[in-house]
Amino acid sequence: MALSSDFFAGCYLVATIFFIFGLKGLASPRTAVRGNYSAMLGMLIAVVVTMFHPDVKAYGWILAGLGLGAVVGTLIALRIQMTNMPQLVAILHSFVGLAAVLVAFGTYLEHAAHGEVNSVMLVELAAGSFIGAITFTGSLIAFGKLQALLNSAPLLLPGRHLLNILLALAMLGFTVDFVMNQHLYSFVALSGTALALGFLLVLPIGGGDMPVIVSMLNSYSGWAATATGFTLGNNLLVTTGALVGSSGAILSFVMCKAMNRSILSVILGGFGETGGDSTAAQAAGKGVKSASAEDAAFVMENSSKVIVVPGYGMAVAQAQHAVKEMYEALQEKGIEVKFAIHPVAGRMPGHMNVLLAESEIPYDVIFEMDEVNSEFSSADSVLVIGANDVVNPAAKTDKSSPLYGMPILDAYKAKHVFVNKRSMKAGYAGVDNALFYMDNCSLVFGDAKSVVEAFVKSLRGTGH
Amino acid sequence: MSAAMIAIYIFVLSCFIGYYVIWGVTPALHTPLMAVTNAISAIVIVGAILVAGQEGASEWVSILGFVAVFLASINIFGGFVVTTRMLAMFKKK
Repeated sequence: MALSSDFFAGCYLVATIFFIFGLKGLASPRTAVRGNYSAMLGMLIAVVVTMFHPDVKAYGWILAGLGLGAVVGTLIALRIQMTNMPQLVAILHSFVGLAAVLVAFGTYLEHAAHGEVNSVMLVELAAGSFIGAITFTGSLIAFGKLQALLNSAPLLLPGRHLLNILLALAMLGFTVDFVMNQHLYSFVALSGTALALGFLLVLPIGGGDMPVIVSMLNSYSGWAATATGFTLGNNLLVTTGALVGSSGAILSFVMCKAMNRSILSVILGGFGETGGDSTAAQAAGKGVKSASAEDAAFVMENSSKVIVVPGYGMAVAQAQHAVKEMYEALQEKGIEVKFAIHPVAGRMPGHMNVLLAESEIPYDVIFEMDEVNSEFSSADSVLVIGANDVVNPAAKTDKSSPLYGMPILDAYKAKHVFVNKRSMKAGYAGVDNALFYMDNCSLVFGDAKSVVEAFVKSLRGTGH
Repeated sequence: MSAAMIAIYIFVLSCFIGYYVIWGVTPALHTPLMAVTNAISAIVIVGAILVAGQEGASEWVSILGFVAVFLASINIFGGFVVTTRMLAMFKKK
């Protein structure tokens, strides 16, 4: 049975529409589940229809790949802990990148064997392969940093900008040779250079900039699909890749804005040297007050409104379930509890929201920065769990601070502020936090999970 | 208009659709958004299937195609399953 090319194009159009509805569904938690199913349906249509493509004659390799991938993918997705979502997303980006490289090579070898190549196609193949290759190695490094296999501090090689420029020029040179002379070795070389570039571009980027980088790699994985679509003359890949590409680009933009940094300064890397470590005792010497968990719990208990500011420290300590218990304990006492989320809290966009959702804290008590910032002044106490730079008032007042201009959560305006930290170590940006020296602020030292558990114990315990 | 030019038209217009649709996504769902777009970007599987399904192609091409299908398939299932898990947590209690 020979199906016309219009039949395939029509089906692919339907798949595209399902993808668009899928993304549209994510506008609200109510429609999101339907959106996800819509996207799945689009993917199902795309895969099944492609099986009937006249060029597809052998099914062994396809079914083996699909089946194995389904098992591996499902197992990983079911087992992954929510705190490790950024790693999962990073490694999945790398797979898309590598797949795009392999498709480019496979397509080239196949077409070259039949003498069906032209220069437009060669340019598209080269583009597909190098975007895919940068996505692949860049995501691997991001994964390594998030998984703490690599040091998350920026690794700054001397002369790295020059090296990157030379590599980019070399890649361009190989591309020209590939397009002009169709040398397979140039194709390999340009892809290899792109692999090296991917490594070098992400290595100098520090852990706290990861929300931008993960979003950017998300975007790249989309552009890789688009480039593949151009090669194959397949508009489904072109449209879908463009949707993903613009999604990632917008998220990167949102993250950069929330840090008041230009995308260029993030990409060039080097931000966030790790600050010196010092203990609570030294903290006292610097005029910082510390409080015990019991003291903090006592003050919170006598508040009528508490705002909680979670950060990456909550994720690292897996403290989200303890936070839920604390939320319940406070609520039972008739205290109003709200959660305030800074856009770059955590290691990927929306990271904190997922963790709070996992611990079953209702999403209607969780607020974005702009929604909640006016309420800090009417809060009796604020509890900052494992966040630092996002509540640093120096971002507003101190022009010499590297954070200056970054929008912050106005935690300092509350009557009492309790900051849970493991030590006096500076935040990601390596900047001392002016909040800690304010009269209304006390630090509660310790691992986020044990501190919050201690809160719950005091709240539930004797009942003052 | 050449096929490549049509593709460029489609590409640019799709970017605009993407731009407007994504700005509508609530920030609370940015992580699920990334997981879903991750699954969707595995649409390269279409290209992978076309490579892996060639008859009489050299072994190397088939193996390239197989690995590409495998990787894209991990993405599709991994991305959608983990999104389903996350969204289930966002359901109103």
